Amino acid sequence: MAHELTSPARARPRGRALRGWLYVLPALAVYLGFAIWPAITTLRLSLLSWDGILPTTWAGLDNYVKIFRDSALYEAILHSLVLIIFFSVIPIAAGLLMTALLMGGEGRGSMRQAPKGMTFFRIVFFLPQVLPLVAVGITWRWLYSDSGVVNQILDAVGLGALGRAWLGDYQLALVALGLIGTWTMSGLCMMLFLAGAQKIDPSLYEAAKLDGAGTFRQFLHVTLPGVRREITVAGVITTIAALASFDLVYVTTNGGPSGQTNVPGLLVYRLAFNENDIGGASALAVVLTVIVIAVVSAVRYFTRDER
Amino acid sequence: MRGVGLRYAVLVLLAAMILLPFAGIVLAALHPPGSQLDGLSIPGRWSWENFALAWQQGNFSALMRSSVLIAVVVVPLSVALATLAGFGLAILKVWGHRTLSFGFVMGLTLPIEVIVVALYFNLREVGLTNSFTGIILAEAALFMPFGVYWMQTHFSNVPDELVEAARIDGARDLVVLLRVLLPISWPAITTLSVLYFMWSWNQFMLVLVMMQDPDRRTAPGGLGLFVGQYTTDIPLLAAACLIVIAPIVVVYLIFQRSFVSGITQGAIKG
Repeated sequence: MAHELTSPARARPRGRALRGWLYVLPALAVYLGFAIWPAITTLRLSLLSWDGILPTTWAGLDNYVKIFRDSALYEAILHSLVLIIFFSVIPIAAGLLMTALLMGGEGRGSMRQAPKGMTFFRIVFFLPQVLPLVAVGITWRWLYSDSGVVNQILDAVGLGALGRAWLGDYQLALVALGLIGTWTMSGLCMMLFLAGAQKIDPSLYEAAKLDGAGTFRQFLHVTLPGVRREITVAGVITTIAALASFDLVYVTTNGGPSGQTNVPGLLVYRLAFNENDIGGASALAVVLTVIVIAVVSAVRYFTRDER
Repeated sequence: MRGVGLRYAVLVLLAAMILLPFAGIVLAALHPPGSQLDGLSIPGRWSWENFALAWQQGNFSALMRSSVLIAVVVVPLSVALATLAGFGLAILKVWGHRTLSFGFVMGLTLPIEVIVVALYFNLREVGLTNSFTGIILAEAALFMPFGVYWMQTHFSNVPDELVEAARIDGARDLVVLLRVLLPISWPAITTLSVLYFMWSWNQFMLVLVMMQDPDRRTAPGGLGLFVGQYTTDIPLLAAACLIVIAPIVVVYLIFQRSFVSGITQGAIKG
């Protein structure tokens, strides 16, 4: 953005600056009309009581009070916070491990010199991220089932006693669901970190080597600080995915068993389109948005560059 | 050398964990229709008919048609609008461009839940629910923050001299965009198109809410319904999953470089 300071933009005739609006206007119109206006309408609806058909009545903050009184709604928010561990924290750790493994023994920091076969692993690791979550969910529903692959593997290693219908387990359904998120998100984190690691000056590795740092300490002291920005970005993207999750839950557990995997997205959908409580759905959506913005701000704050 | 062996061992283990579910559904889809499965197993008889059966029972001709129709309009439309806006914001620096950029970027943190409820009722008022036009415009709006941000970043990295030289030759704004900037922007535009295609193809909640007519749902939207009807027929469900996954996997493998550069560069905004 530095070149803006010297650019002659300010000296340009006013007519051109106004004509320039014609270029921005179509995008702005679609964005305002089909994203911002609905978001504002949701905010307005959250203060009303409405079944979607009859005239609306003013509800004030009643819909919001209900969220914190109704344990199902309140717990859904807690569940989505738990999912952050599985959608963000573990994938970031896994992504760092993948990055360390893929960066090669020699010429670290330069992907061109990475060991053979690394492109294959990169393509495979990222693959889950491009799939529709509905298909991912259906696949895992079967893998987790009573006669599924997860139990088969446990049997094979002598842990058959642990076997169960994972997504139907009262205690473990949320964890099982979260691990599907880990499966889809780890590759995304890896890809971000690899991109960041490529920008690290190779001479830093040389210097670390001269100081006698081994592979592990080079990773800790050169790579890790070098991908700090990418860790922030990965944290933000995966956190939003955790808090606003819907597709995966809808096809795997639909909130069950007995509400143990309810998440805000699912309840917003259910309140609005199955129970015709538009005000309640809107209030929950607004609370979700506030939580997303708060958590994203927190992630950015805690991973900020202190230098 | 011991280190290298260990490195490959861990990589292979991770790759196996990621590929196992794929192996699982491919094998499942090849079992005879309606058969009971017990984990991973090689089918006694390879049954390719699941794909034909799933295609027919899931009404995938109609679903694929909707998916393709939506993607084929959404991708060029959104890319064109994002490119024009990115040009206006980064090169022309229209009045208020900082505020506008901020407004677009803010949209990246809005969860779809806060948009979709009111969007349904807003569009119902103007008769755009259950319509391709409604879905297309809604998707274009949802994707706009990223696209504008992406194209704006791309254009602001173009050297000033290039644009100024064209200006001195008397080129108008549109000519600068079409003749000077577009020819050097194809990599950025390809990446954006591939990402938009992926998001449009995979979009689920919007379709679930907006499209009540089962024949107009997209492939993932229809799959969400299909799973409710054939819960126990695992080979059929697996085949249906593979049908929905196949196009996006093919696009990923063809454009994997663009995919990767899109997700990595686009996301870095500090």
